[in-house]
Amino acid sequence: MIRLDHVTKVFNPGRPNEYAALHGVSLDIEAGKVTVLRGPSGSGKTTLLSLIGCMARPSSGRIFVEEREITSLPERFLADIRRRTFGFVFQSFNLVSGLSVLENVVLPAAPLGEPPAVVRRQARAILDRLRLGPKAAQSVELLSGGEKQRAAIARALINSPRLIIADEPTAQLDSELSLELMAIVGDLKAEGRTCLIASHDSLVFRHPVVDRVVAVRDGRIVEAGADVC
Amino acid sequence: MRWLARQRAFLDFTLLSLWRRKGKNAALILAYALVVFLVASVMFAVRALRTEAANVLAGTPELIVQRMLAGRHETVPESYVATVKAIRGVSRVTPRLWGYYFNRAAGATYTVMAPAGFAHGHGEIVVGPGVARTWLSPVDGQYLFRTVAGDSAGFVPVEALPEDTELVSGDLILMSGADFRRVFGLPEGFYTDLAVSVPNERELETVTEKIQRALPDTRPIQRRELLRTYAAVFDWRGGYVIVLLSGAGLAFFIFAWDRATGLSAEERREIGVLKALGWDTADVLSMKLWEGLTISLTAFLLGLIAAYVHVFLAGAGLFAQALKGWSVLAPRLDLTPAIDPTELLSLFFLTVAPYAVITLIPAWRAATTDPDAVMRG
Amino acid sequence: MSVKPAVLALLLTAGLVCLTLAAAAVQGLLIRRGFDLASGSPRQLALERRTYLVSTALSLVMAFEIMSLFLLVYVADDLHELFVGAMCAAGTFNVNSYGYTALTLKTLGALGCGVWLAVNHADTLGYDYPLLKSKYLWLSPLSLLVILADYVETRFLLGLAPDQITSCCGAIFSEAAAGVAGTLSHVPPRLAQALFVAGLLAVARSAAHVLATGRGARIFAAASAALFAASLIAVVSFISVFWYELPTHHCPFCLIQAEYGFVGYPLYAGLILGTACGLAVGALAGAGRHASLAEVLPRLKRRLTVAALAGFGLTAAIAAWPMIFSDFRLG
Repeated sequence: MIRLDHVTKVFNPGRPNEYAALHGVSLDIEAGKVTVLRGPSGSGKTTLLSLIGCMARPSSGRIFVEEREITSLPERFLADIRRRTFGFVFQSFNLVSGLSVLENVVLPAAPLGEPPAVVRRQARAILDRLRLGPKAAQSVELLSGGEKQRAAIARALINSPRLIIADEPTAQLDSELSLELMAIVGDLKAEGRTCLIASHDSLVFRHPVVDRVVAVRDGRIVEAGADVC
Repeated sequence: MRWLARQRAFLDFTLLSLWRRKGKNAALILAYALVVFLVASVMFAVRALRTEAANVLAGTPELIVQRMLAGRHETVPESYVATVKAIRGVSRVTPRLWGYYFNRAAGATYTVMAPAGFAHGHGEIVVGPGVARTWLSPVDGQYLFRTVAGDSAGFVPVEALPEDTELVSGDLILMSGADFRRVFGLPEGFYTDLAVSVPNERELETVTEKIQRALPDTRPIQRRELLRTYAAVFDWRGGYVIVLLSGAGLAFFIFAWDRATGLSAEERREIGVLKALGWDTADVLSMKLWEGLTISLTAFLLGLIAAYVHVFLAGAGLFAQALKGWSVLAPRLDLTPAIDPTELLSLFFLTVAPYAVITLIPAWRAATTDPDAVMRG
Repeated sequence: MSVKPAVLALLLTAGLVCLTLAAAAVQGLLIRRGFDLASGSPRQLALERRTYLVSTALSLVMAFEIMSLFLLVYVADDLHELFVGAMCAAGTFNVNSYGYTALTLKTLGALGCGVWLAVNHADTLGYDYPLLKSKYLWLSPLSLLVILADYVETRFLLGLAPDQITSCCGAIFSEAAAGVAGTLSHVPPRLAQALFVAGLLAVARSAAHVLATGRGARIFAAASAALFAASLIAVVSFISVFWYELPTHHCPFCLIQAEYGFVGYPLYAGLILGTACGLAVGALAGAGRHASLAEVLPRLKRRLTVAALAGFGLTAAIAAWPMIFSDFRLG
């Protein structure tokens, strides 16, 4: 589904604070599987996720999303691919405070221009599935950690993405909630969606639902293709 | 359809965002509305004064002939009437009697006129609303005038002029011709000036020229010129008040610029989240556009309504002196509401256009936040 | 000059527009010179972001130009009593030699901005910025045109000294007058009507061709430009006359006054919309050769064509309205 071909990413090139986050990474991510990028913080996992998620462009190398090269697409096309193909769950949830759960969930749908009523109906269905239905009208600040995480997942699902990208999704959850999250990942996989998770939490990369673990260190892939199950 | 639904979604989000930051936005809108209010007040007042003056002048003759002596206004001998009347195109010549009377007790100057067909008798006068309000010491219901001979003459007010044209008729006193001559010592056979009717507007220029040729010591004044002068004077005053107000406007726009560039960390993070969720730069720009429009239109309407109340219901208290500035009496100003689209469009350009240009670059800067900034924490 | 709120508003707007456009044109040149889509460097990213700034600035400028065009006419109308002999906007524009030039240049500038924005929109539809070089190349002359228009407008406004003698619209747009305006009024109504109808037919026919085959865009643009000219003649020659129900009153400005139900606004707005969209279709005629636009361009062209037809249709409807529903007949 996603193919990276000798991708490098250099931040602040030509400046004193120049720093290379990725060195010639090649990687294939299979559709319908759960892949975990494992590595310590600063290893380049997040940079890899943002390149795959069409949020940034590589300094060199090529990236293909569903056989389409996205390497040098203008921003608006990247944004369009991003919202139609990917659903994002961020490390710190990144819910917009002051808005209700439902209002947060419909945010990614705004640029698609679907009728508001349809979007809201879909959002409610997703929230019901994630047991957040009764909290739909509540402001997100009033949610517990687990509820926030589920709201973030609901928001990632609103545009029916084929690939879910999650960055350290368990960083702010206890073990019980982390397992609950992995159960949801299992459900998503069962629906045929692809999941890509960056994590250094053993609860995540040892979980049975994970198909493949890729170890990342110092901007290089050190252990690709090893199936851990 | 898709486009509309998209814009609606952006607008929804914008309204929610504005509402979330009520306090901050209310301060901005109030300051903005104040600027709109100040400019709109001036424009409304100027328009109303112009309308007022035009209404008043509509009843005056097309042409007034004054006699000049050493560059000063002199009385016109009766013989001039026939001379002017003989000119082709002139339908009627009315000699007029009018002047100014200074009342020491009230400390005010009044306009005194003796209209040709004065309906009341000897010793009776008709007064304007401003006169009735300010004449301090009517004795036995009589207004006492000091005549040129040094004695005093009492007049009974028998009628008050209507209030609707107060700006010009407020300080007006009407009396009979004989009384007028007695108070001011004007000999018989002399008049203040001549009112000339020229029904065909195209002949006005020719008639004016002919009068000047036949009576070289006169100065004919056309009504059109008076109208023009009033309009120019009021516009000129309004324009300068607005130029003076531009300081306030500048202060506001600097404040708005500061607000727009000093995006809080929270707002910046929020835009980063939106972009990470799939909003494009253009989408965020649309949202910012809606935000600017909402703020501008709210402030615009608030300022406009406040200015309307201020000018037409409260008599333009803030600017009345600066804009009228011609009468010692300072008549109470009850302006007739008059608004026209030019004014609204000008007001829009004077207030909303600078705001739009000022917030353009900050909005663009906010919209081009890196989407992966959120990922990098 | 006349220190009047509306004049101040126009001067301020002209200043803002010139500032914005000058900045946008410079940015455009910088983008054009440094643009390299293949590069993933931060510089390239920054340039791509700047394209958004330029597009937004140009949209703002166009909105301001169109609105200030109407304000200019309004101001001229409002100021007429300051000038001996002027009875409406037509007289004020005649007070100094800048008046009609400003009006013409501003109209052209607004049309130019419209065409540029359409090309800009087409460019954003392609994934490799196919029209970037040419659109920023054209941005400089367009900016110069609009800045010139605003300069002339400013000279016109600053040169408005009261008490100047001018002619009223009856004299300017009358059959006896010499000059362009007089000549326009002198066009026999039958001929003007024929030109107008011929223009409409040409536009409709070429539009049908564009809609059906996607070709003939340049012919459609030419027909639109011709109809624009024919419409201006038509307004002076017979549309105004029918609306005023006065065979000798040819003034094109009195139409936007309240006495005639502000009918001038939709009339001219439709005309500007139709002409800008029509010209835009022509400007995009050659853009189809870019592979990235091959798929999306026909749709955009069709939309622009339909928008142009809607604009011209509105103008035609307003022109026909009094001819059908009023009892007034020419001669």
